[in-house]
Amino acid sequence: MDIPYTVHPRADTGLYNAKVGIWLFLASEVMLFGALFSSYILLRVGAPDGTWPHSVLNIPLGTLNTIVLISSSITVVLAWASLKLNNFARYRVIQSITLLCSLIFLVIKSFEYRDKFAHYQVVQKDGKYVDGHLTGSVYLDADKKTREEHGFRGLSFTEGPKGAQKKFTLESVTVNGFEAKSLAEINNPKVGVHHEHKDFKIAAAQIKKIGNYGPWHNTYMAIYFTLTGLHALHVIGGALVIGYIWGPGAAMWKTDPERYINRVEVSGLFWHFVDLVWIFLFPVLYLL
Amino acid sequence: MSLKALHIVFVTASVVLAAVVAFWGFSNYMTPEGTRTDLTYGIASVASGLALLVYGRYFLKKLKKISYL
Repeated sequence: MDIPYTVHPRADTGLYNAKVGIWLFLASEVMLFGALFSSYILLRVGAPDGTWPHSVLNIPLGTLNTIVLISSSITVVLAWASLKLNNFARYRVIQSITLLCSLIFLVIKSFEYRDKFAHYQVVQKDGKYVDGHLTGSVYLDADKKTREEHGFRGLSFTEGPKGAQKKFTLESVTVNGFEAKSLAEINNPKVGVHHEHKDFKIAAAQIKKIGNYGPWHNTYMAIYFTLTGLHALHVIGGALVIGYIWGPGAAMWKTDPERYINRVEVSGLFWHFVDLVWIFLFPVLYLL
Repeated sequence: MSLKALHIVFVTASVVLAAVVAFWGFSNYMTPEGTRTDLTYGIASVASGLALLVYGRYFLKKLKKISYL
């Protein structure tokens, strides 16, 4: 038994099955991202004055990623148009640019994430803050021998084989950044005075609290990682589907070209949705 | 809605984004702390918005025969 409308559209709706399916799926996606955007708005509106961070993210990298994604949407539609004009070779070239764009986007995003995990905020016992990138830390073992680390391994850690484990306790950390008197000064740098970046060596005895800008840092970082992480997963998913249709799935072009064009269109619809989400995310998270 | 129709929505959204970034860049430049980078953002965004409008027109012309459904 043949399933009807897998290739040609139904006369009354003008749609083939896969198109109905992708739009139903995208409707559920709108609800998912809509709920997260609503959460963002409520969290931001409810934040006390001066506590919502600004200029925490790297705007040039975010802009570059926006350009990359807009370009990928253009190439995805041009690739589909090439198939419509029966030019498979052109489709292959243009769609490979889409895949390259998705890869560039993910690489840039991973650099941004890595930067946030190396970005630390230290609250000192005198009430002052030091905000910047951790360049190193020094630990002491039981014999008071020092050991230098490139990263931060907690206030203490143990190492070595079972039975002969050594305990290392934090002695100091070095942060390349600036000192601030309040959180508001860090969260809204343009309101505060100009901060000169330099190395700060902070003794462990002076540290009240230390932590990086991971999702646990504050509400803003939590919603930032949730929204951009979910979006990145969609980029990975979309790239995998487009890559499959472009590579192993391309055999269908010879056996059932109309159905193949439909597949490319449906994957392009998903890709456009993912890019539209980013067009909302970029100004909301990076600029406003 | 076909890919053609969604692409037009997408290009429109991109033009609006370019306008928002341009406004952000120019308004930052007008403040006492404004820098040349802010001005560059403003100008580049206006240029990008115009380029997207030209592309949108080209796209509509090129895909005239393809349905919006």
